[in-house]
Amino acid sequence: MEEKNVVKVGIADMNIVKVPDTIRTTGLGSCVGVVLYDETKKTAGLLHILLPDSSAGRQQIVNPAKYADTGVFALLEMLKQEGISPWRLKAKIAGGAQMFQLGPGDTMRIGPRNVESVKKELERLSIPLISEDTGGNNGRTIEFDPESCKLKIRTVNAGTTEI
Amino acid sequence: MSTSMHEEQQIRDLHLDVLREIGNIGAAHAATSLSSLMRKKIDMHVPDVKLVSFDEMMELAGGAEKVVAGVFLRIEGEVTGSMFFILPVEQANRFIRHLTNDATFDFQEPPFSELGISAMQELGNILSGSYLSALSDFTGLKIMPSVPSLSVDMAGSIISFGLMEISTVSDDVIVIETGIFDSAEGTEGVKGHFFLLPDPPSYRTIFQTLGVL
Repeated sequence: MEEKNVVKVGIADMNIVKVPDTIRTTGLGSCVGVVLYDETKKTAGLLHILLPDSSAGRQQIVNPAKYADTGVFALLEMLKQEGISPWRLKAKIAGGAQMFQLGPGDTMRIGPRNVESVKKELERLSIPLISEDTGGNNGRTIEFDPESCKLKIRTVNAGTTEI
Repeated sequence: MSTSMHEEQQIRDLHLDVLREIGNIGAAHAATSLSSLMRKKIDMHVPDVKLVSFDEMMELAGGAEKVVAGVFLRIEGEVTGSMFFILPVEQANRFIRHLTNDATFDFQEPPFSELGISAMQELGNILSGSYLSALSDFTGLKIMPSVPSLSVDMAGSIISFGLMEISTVSDDVIVIETGIFDSAEGTEGVKGHFFLLPDPPSYRTIFQTLGVL
């Protein structure tokens, strides 16, 4: 029996995994977890983005995994390095919650903006979005199994689901 | 060469001392407020000033998946930044049961009573308010906190919200951390944490105001 490892992805980070291992990221709030996977090769990548748009950045060297508009492409490139054809890729996403109700003056809406930005990138790269669990006001921990291609989502107050 | 490096080092240490002092003054006032609210003695640890990665920041709060009651507010004015008061959910329960005389209140069993929620909200208001007014008195800087907002959820999902502003300029964050605890129960296990995360441009303002730039 092969041993199963859980590959952990931190905040503003990404990684890839093959069967029988699974990949997970914890405590997504307004951040979005993006899974790109190839069903036939049973390989998946997971990205944990923090912000929608890298043009907001004022850094010289940018960590692409921090932003939706650079992260999805960077993960796709990482998968390509592993011999995965981009046209085989499908996506599942989770996160983008509104953790705090900051009143009517809250223009940040960072969670929904992260989700919008990820979707725009997926569309630009012609990666079909198969399912999503986004929005609301719950934190999420997610784990993807490239064998079943299911994304398990755990919350504190709203139970566990699978998409 | 060696002299200038030495001087640079001294400046850095002095800066850290100033930030530590900010944590000290703020948390001492907050602990006093909490003490009179709960009618028991609340102590605090020596503040810690650290440069940490985002993932290390989650660890400071108990780990990304740890369920906590978190009060968050933005600071506007001459200094800007984010502030959190984080309580492990068991400790939040104890405080709220004590404050509301409702022994059944439990943040792990939603839906929560309105009274419990507003008591927690109020606790956050009082503690962050006394922390920040002490900070304002000490520095003479105008500091305007937003209305604190409460969330009971995974620490990672709560803390990451306060990293947004900083993350546009850096992959690390300077955090001023102070733990408080019930002195009757000893120092074992910090019961609550204050995290002050000034936005990067604010350091200059703080150091300038306190004459250490």
